[in-house]
Amino acid sequence: MAEKKYAKPLPRIDEESKGFWEACQRHELRVQKCHDCGAFRYYPRALCPHCLSDRTEWVLSSGRGTVYTFTVTHQNQAPGFRDALPYVMAYVELDEGVRMLTNIVDCDPAQVKIGMPVQVIFEDVTPEVTIPKFKPL
Amino acid sequence: MSGFERKAVIAGVYEHPTRWAPDKTMFQIHAESARGVLADAGLTIKDVDGFFTSGVGPIGIMSLCEHLNINPRFLDSTSIGGSSFVAHVSHAAAAIAAGLCDVALITYGSTASSERFAVGTGGGFTGDPPDHFESSYGPTVVGSYAMCAQRHMHEFGTTSEQLAEIAVTIRRHASLNPAAKFRDLITVDDVLASRIVSSPLHLLDCCIISDGGGALVVTSAARARDLRKKPVQILGASEALCHTAAGVRDLTDMAAKQSGPRALSMAGVAHKDIDMCMVYDSFTITVLETLENLGFCRKGEGGAFVQDGRIGLGGELPINTDGGGLSSNHPGMRGMFLVIEATKQLRGECGARQVKDCAIALCHGTGGMLGLRHSGATLILGRD
Ligand SMILES: [Zn+2]
Repeated sequence: MAEKKYAKPLPRIDEESKGFWEACQRHELRVQKCHDCGAFRYYPRALCPHCLSDRTEWVLSSGRGTVYTFTVTHQNQAPGFRDALPYVMAYVELDEGVRMLTNIVDCDPAQVKIGMPVQVIFEDVTPEVTIPKFKPL
Repeated sequence: MSGFERKAVIAGVYEHPTRWAPDKTMFQIHAESARGVLADAGLTIKDVDGFFTSGVGPIGIMSLCEHLNINPRFLDSTSIGGSSFVAHVSHAAAAIAAGLCDVALITYGSTASSERFAVGTGGGFTGDPPDHFESSYGPTVVGSYAMCAQRHMHEFGTTSEQLAEIAVTIRRHASLNPAAKFRDLITVDDVLASRIVSSPLHLLDCCIISDGGGALVVTSAARARDLRKKPVQILGASEALCHTAAGVRDLTDMAAKQSGPRALSMAGVAHKDIDMCMVYDSFTITVLETLENLGFCRKGEGGAFVQDGRIGLGGELPINTDGGGLSSNHPGMRGMFLVIEATKQLRGECGARQVKDCAIALCHGTGGMLGLRHSGATLILGRD
């Protein structure tokens, strides 16, 4: 059976972000930590937004966190999302302390609650791109 | 003490009457609004030496100057979403106070509705770095505000009924505005019975989409003395941003928390001195959180604050007397209309919806996506 073409927007993978996306391809969630001030950050970027240091560690995340907030989207006219309604968009607060925008999947949207424990999963959407999402733990 | 030393005033306002304009172009609405505001002020296009606009593309301000055949000596197309035109007023006041221009024209025009532009549910993509970590997950404008509403409900017990009261009040105001797009009264039950667009926000929690535009003239206090209309004082202003802050932002915080106190302090006025508020009402939650972040009530008390007629005409803090973006008009960037209505209130020109003895008004614009990154611009205006 032919794969349906992936219609949602794909991230541009560039020098600043490739460490993150390459880890996703290996099904690892890596979070940047500043070598100098120790602060975690998300989304990934070359310089620490707390002290502007460029000395960065890519820490392997536990991949666990809790739902900080969410919404069940019932209307989105953009290609790729029209057919996926309703879907859950959420901020997940990782054990490392940073919040990432993501989708909660593999569950009934009506089950999602703030504070719910979740675990990262990886969707290999193209040969080049793997997107991290979360499911209830 | 005013940071502008009260050197600049609003000398003219014009709201384009249309809400549906398939027969007009965006530039035409800009030009008709320019004509309208100059007539209101008693000026001509030849007097304009400062020009401000947004929403016409990255360098569209040049095309628009060509369209109007003007050659201003001061230009500003600051683009921070729906609050842009509120920010333009303070930028114009600063430019005038500094002697960089004398008659600043600010125009807006949009055919969002007749072009069927999906403002709230089409998703926007700038290609900037944060987009690459967000767009795969299907963020919409509504969804980004909805995540803030969900968090607010979780932390403070805010209810859908309380949010609905905002839509009901603003619709009541729209019923008094002959130009408003939707004028039929609605109830809390109507809001709750409307479909969920992005939980917990219902269709009637969301602003409408219209065509339209408007314009403002800011000039020096000296120049305004012999103009047609009584000038409105620009007492205080400030702007701010709120973004995800490297992953730790509190989603119940708004840029208003920074810009509000700064603008009030510049104006030398307190919350109790404000006679009416024009608050960007992209969604009901925007209003509730803005009132909290501006400091009209404490964080978490917004749900109670908007009940019992307090934000309605005749209440202690009437808001969005024109019917707001929820009912009157929303062509995509509503900041312009906040300033127009506040100015008309201060000039006593609002007829059935006039706030009695209106002396000081506050405008607060919000632009962008509340739960991702947004701007805030606060303006305090006073009767001459
Ligand atoms: Zn650092």
